[in-house]
Amino acid sequence: MVVNSVHWFRKCLRLHDNPALQEALNGADTVRCVYILDPWFAGAANVGINRWRFLLEALEDLDNSLKKLNSRLFVVRGQPTEVFPRLFKEWNVTRLTFEYDPEPYGKERDGAIIKMAQEFGVEAVIRNSHTLYNLDRIIEMNNNSPPLTFKRFQTIVSRLELPRRPLPPITRQQMDKCHTQIGENHDLLYSIPSLEELGFRTEDLSPAVWRGGESEALDRLNKHLDKKVWVANLEHPRVNTCSLYASPTGLSPYLRFGCLSCRVLYYNLRELYMKLRKRCSPPLSLFGQLLWREFFYTAATNNPNFDRMEGNPICVQIPWDQNPEALAKWAEGRTGFPWIDAIMTQLRQEGWIHHLARHAVACFLTRGDLWISWESGMKVFEELLLDADWSVNAGSWMWLSCSAFFQQFFHCYCPVGFGRRTDPSGDYIRRYIPILKDYPNRYIYEPWNAPESLQKAANCVVGVDYPKPMINHAEGSRLNIERMKQVYQQLSHYRGLSLLASVPTIQEEAEPPMTDESQTSSGPDSPPRDAADGEAAGCSVAPDSSTVCSFSVPPPDLEDRPPCTSSLPRLPSPRSKPSSPSSTSSPSPSPASVAQRRKGIARKVRRSQRQRGRPSCPPAARGEEMGEERMEEEEQLEGKMEEEEKMEEEEEATGQQQ
Amino acid sequence: MKRGRTGLKSICQTFPSHEEKVKRQKWAPSSFSLTPMQDWGNLPHHIILQIFQHLSLVDRARASSVCRCWNDVFHTPDLWRRFEFELNQPATSYLRSTHPDLIQQIIKKHAQHLQYVSFKVDSCTESAEAACDILSQLVNCTIKTLGLISTARPSFMDVSQAHFVSALTVVFVNSKSLSSIKIDDTPVDDPSLKVLVANNSDTLKLLKMSSCPHVSPAGILCVADQCHGLRELALNYHLLSDELLLALSTEKHVHLEHLRIDVVSENPGQTHFHTIKRSSWEALVRHSPKVNIVMYFFLYEEEFEPFFCEETPVTHLYFGRAVSKEMLGRIGLNCPRLVELVVCANGLEPLDEELIRIAQRCKSLTAIGLGECEVTCSGFVEFVKMCGGRLTQLSIMEEVLIPDSSYNMEQIHSEVSKHLGRMWFPDMMPTW
Repeated sequence: MVVNSVHWFRKCLRLHDNPALQEALNGADTVRCVYILDPWFAGAANVGINRWRFLLEALEDLDNSLKKLNSRLFVVRGQPTEVFPRLFKEWNVTRLTFEYDPEPYGKERDGAIIKMAQEFGVEAVIRNSHTLYNLDRIIEMNNNSPPLTFKRFQTIVSRLELPRRPLPPITRQQMDKCHTQIGENHDLLYSIPSLEELGFRTEDLSPAVWRGGESEALDRLNKHLDKKVWVANLEHPRVNTCSLYASPTGLSPYLRFGCLSCRVLYYNLRELYMKLRKRCSPPLSLFGQLLWREFFYTAATNNPNFDRMEGNPICVQIPWDQNPEALAKWAEGRTGFPWIDAIMTQLRQEGWIHHLARHAVACFLTRGDLWISWESGMKVFEELLLDADWSVNAGSWMWLSCSAFFQQFFHCYCPVGFGRRTDPSGDYIRRYIPILKDYPNRYIYEPWNAPESLQKAANCVVGVDYPKPMINHAEGSRLNIERMKQVYQQLSHYRGLSLLASVPTIQEEAEPPMTDESQTSSGPDSPPRDAADGEAAGCSVAPDSSTVCSFSVPPPDLEDRPPCTSSLPRLPSPRSKPSSPSSTSSPSPSPASVAQRRKGIARKVRRSQRQRGRPSCPPAARGEEMGEERMEEEEQLEGKMEEEEKMEEEEEATGQQQ
Repeated sequence: MKRGRTGLKSICQTFPSHEEKVKRQKWAPSSFSLTPMQDWGNLPHHIILQIFQHLSLVDRARASSVCRCWNDVFHTPDLWRRFEFELNQPATSYLRSTHPDLIQQIIKKHAQHLQYVSFKVDSCTESAEAACDILSQLVNCTIKTLGLISTARPSFMDVSQAHFVSALTVVFVNSKSLSSIKIDDTPVDDPSLKVLVANNSDTLKLLKMSSCPHVSPAGILCVADQCHGLRELALNYHLLSDELLLALSTEKHVHLEHLRIDVVSENPGQTHFHTIKRSSWEALVRHSPKVNIVMYFFLYEEEFEPFFCEETPVTHLYFGRAVSKEMLGRIGLNCPRLVELVVCANGLEPLDEELIRIAQRCKSLTAIGLGECEVTCSGFVEFVKMCGGRLTQLSIMEEVLIPDSSYNMEQIHSEVSKHLGRMWFPDMMPTW
C-alpha cells in the first residue's frame, strides 16, 4: 500500500527532535510538510508585527533546511478545516502527522481535524514534543487536578521518569526515501507570505533583534551553554543591568515557536551540569524556566477559561477597574515612570523583555498601581511578546497579579526603586527613552522630582516633553494593598491584623496522597516503538505514552466535558493568629477544621463564579447577589466589626425565639 | 451559578425532609394529618423564615412569588437587616450592580429594618453619588454598622463634599445607635464627625477613616473625648496627636483594641512628620495593655527620621516602600511589642545585623515578610534559629537570600525548615 504522508507544522517549527515528522517519514512513499496560514485572519488577529516577522523567518528557515534535503515547505493559505479535505484528495494522503497541542483551543481544533481525517480514511499520528512531560500524567499523579504550587509541581516531576530523549534531526537519506516531486509552480502556490501580504506596513520597521528560525535557535543554544560554563553559576544567575537587554543567548522565543526543542535544551543542560559538577543528578532549579513553562501548560491544559477571570475556577475574582485610557498609557509607554515606559518601549520595539521587567510592568498595571485587569495586560503581551505562549502568558499574568496560585501580595514592585536597584546607572532608560538621556542618575527614575532648572538644562521638561507620572505610587499602592487584603481575607476567612496571614496557603505540599504508580510507563531512554503499536481510533499512541488519544473523537458538546471546578479546593490552612504565639505549637490543624475551611473557600469561589456567570434574573431579583448566605454576609466589613454584628444578631435572634 | 438558577428546584428537593421533621415534632402527637398540598401553604411562618435565611436573595425573591404566605415571609424584617448595595457602572467595572428596582423597594419597604449596611462602589463618581443618594433617603432607620467601600479608585473623594456630608449626616442623625463606621477615603469632615458624636457617642465602637483629608486632629479628638466605648480606630498619621492618645487612655474610656495608622507622603520632603511623645504611647499601653498598633508606611527613605527614635509600642509594621537600613536598626531597638514586620524594599546592603537584632529584642515577633531586600543565607538562618517555631508567617522572596560559603539555596530550605519545625520554602516568582 502506498503511504502518502503530510506533516502539519504548527508549534514545532524544526527538523530536530520532531517525533511527529519522523513518523511522517517512517516507511512513507511521499512526504509533504505543510504550514497552514490564513492571511486574511492574520491582520485581524491580535498578534503584532514582530511576532509575525519571527514566524515568517522561522518558516523561511524551515523551507531552506528542507531545500537542503531536496524537499520544500508547503505554506497553504486558509483554515485547517477547509484546507485539509482539499489536500487529502489532491495529494491522495494516507497519513497525517502533527505534534500534540496541549492547549484547550488546540485540543478542540485537533479533535475536529482528527475526526475529519478519519472520515477520509487518513491515519492521524500525533506525538508529544512541545512539552517535556506528558501533562495528563502530571495531573493524574496529583489526584487528577493540576498542581497549583510550583513546589508541588516540582515534587511530582521529580518522581517522574526523565523526559524522553530528543530525536536526531531529519537526514537526507530519510528524506530521499520518500522524495516528493516539487511542482514548477510551487513558489506560486505555496510560498511563504511577506509581511505586506499579511497587511502590515513595513516602511518604518527596524531590523529584527530576534531572528526567527531553527538555525538561529541551535546557534544560540551553543552560545547559551558556553555562557553557562563561563559564568559557572548554573542554577541561580544573578540579575544585573545586562540582563535587561536582549541577549544573543536568549532562547525563550525559540522555545515558544518550537524552533528549539525543550528536550534538547533539557538534556544539554543536564549533561553540562553533570560534566561540570561531577554529580549524578542535577537539581530541578537548573531547569527553572523550562519547568515554569510546563507548570503553566499543566495548569491550563484542561481549563478553556484559563485566560480570563470569569468562569475560571482557579482565578480569584478581583474588582478590577476598567480604564481604557490608563491602559493605553501603560501599553504605549506613556505612564510617566521611566522604568515602566522603557520596558514597554523595549517590548514594543524588540518583542522581548527580561522576566523581572515583566514582573515590574505586570505589577504596575494590576495590583501595584493601576488596578486594571490582568486580562488586558495579557492581551498586550500576546500582541507584542515573542515568547507569549497562551498558557504561560495567562498563567504568569495571574501569578503576577495575585489572581491565582495564592501569592503573598505585599510584594509590590516600586516603579522607581525596583528599576534603580536593577540598573543604578539608568543606561537602560536612556537607551529606550532617549529624551531623558541628559538626566543625571539621581533623577532618571523620577524626573518629576528634578528641579525645574535641571529639567530645562536636560532639554526635557516633565509635563511638556515627557509625561508627568500618571499615578501617585504611594497612594496607589496604599489603596491597592487594602483592596487585595479585602479580597484575600474573604477567601481565607482570616480576620486578624496580620497582612501575611491574609493569604490562603495551598495545602498541597502537606497533603500526602499522591497517586504513586509513577514507574509504570516506559523508561526514560527507551527507544521509540513502532508507531503501529497501540493504534486506536485512527490515531496511534506515542512511544513514550505521552500522547493522549482521549480526544480522538471530539466531545460532542462542550458542556459534556469534565468540569474543571475541582481544581481549587485544595485550599487554605487555618491560620493561627499572630498575636497568640502559643497557638503555633500545634501547626497541624484538626482535619475537620481544614475540611471546613476548604469547603468555605471552594464555596466562596463557586459562589463568585456563580455571581459573575449568572444569566439575567427576574427583575425583582436582579443584582441581588450580595448577602447570599450568612457566611458571605459576614464578610461585608472587616474583622471585629463583623464579629460584633454577629454577636449582636445572635443575641437578638435568641431573644426573639424566647 | 447552579444554585442561582435552580434555586427553587433545590428548595423543593430538600423540602420533604424538613417537612417530615416538622410533622414529627409538631403535629404527629395530635394525629392530625395533612395532605402534601396543604403543607406547602400552611408551613409555619418561622419555618419558612428559617429556610429563607439559608437562601440567597435571588432564591428568596423567586420563592416569594410562589404564594401569598411565602411572599409575606419574604418581607420579614429579619431578612432585611443586612444589605450590601453594589453600585457599579458598566464602563468602569466588570461587576454587576444592585438593580434600581430593588433599591427602590428597599428604601420604600425595608429602610427601617436595615441595620448592617454597606455600599460597594467602583471607580466611577456616579456610583459614589448614587450611594450618597441612597444614604440621604435612609431617614427612618436604625443602622448599626455602615461601610462605604471603594472597590477600585476612591470615588467618594470625587463627590462634592457638601453632597457627601449631607448624606452621611442623615444616617448619623437618624440612626442614633451606630456602632461601626468604615468611611476610609471619603470627604468626611469635622462638622459631620461632631454630628456623629452628638447622636451616637454611647454606641460607637469602631471608626475607620484612613485617608480622610478633610478631618483635622481636633475633629478626631472630639470623637475620642466623647465616645468612650471606642475600641477600634483607623486614621492617618497627621491626625495622630499626643492629646488623642491621652484622650483614648482616660479612665472613662474602654480599652482600645486596635489602632491603625497610615503614614503616607505624596512627594519627598514636602510632608513634615511630627513625633509622638514616649509618655503618650506609654499612657495608651498602660490603659490598654493588649492594644494592637498597626502602622502602614508609604514614605521615601529620607522621611523616616521622626519615627521609632524612642520606644514605640507598635505591633504590626508594614513598609510599602523602600525603608532605610538605619530605620530597621531602630526597630530592633525600640519596638519591643512587634508582632509582624513586612518590608517591601530596602537598599542593596544585607540586613543581617538588623534582623538578628530584631530577633533578639522583639520577643513577640511571629510574622515577617521581605521583598526587595538582601540577607545572606547565614544571617537569615541565624535569624530563624533565634526566633524558632514562633515564626508562623515567614514570607521571603527567593532573590532576597544571598548564597554564601555556609549555605546554598538548596541547603537553606532544609536548614530553615529544621528550625521552624515545618516545611518552608522561599517565595518564588515565575522566571518567564
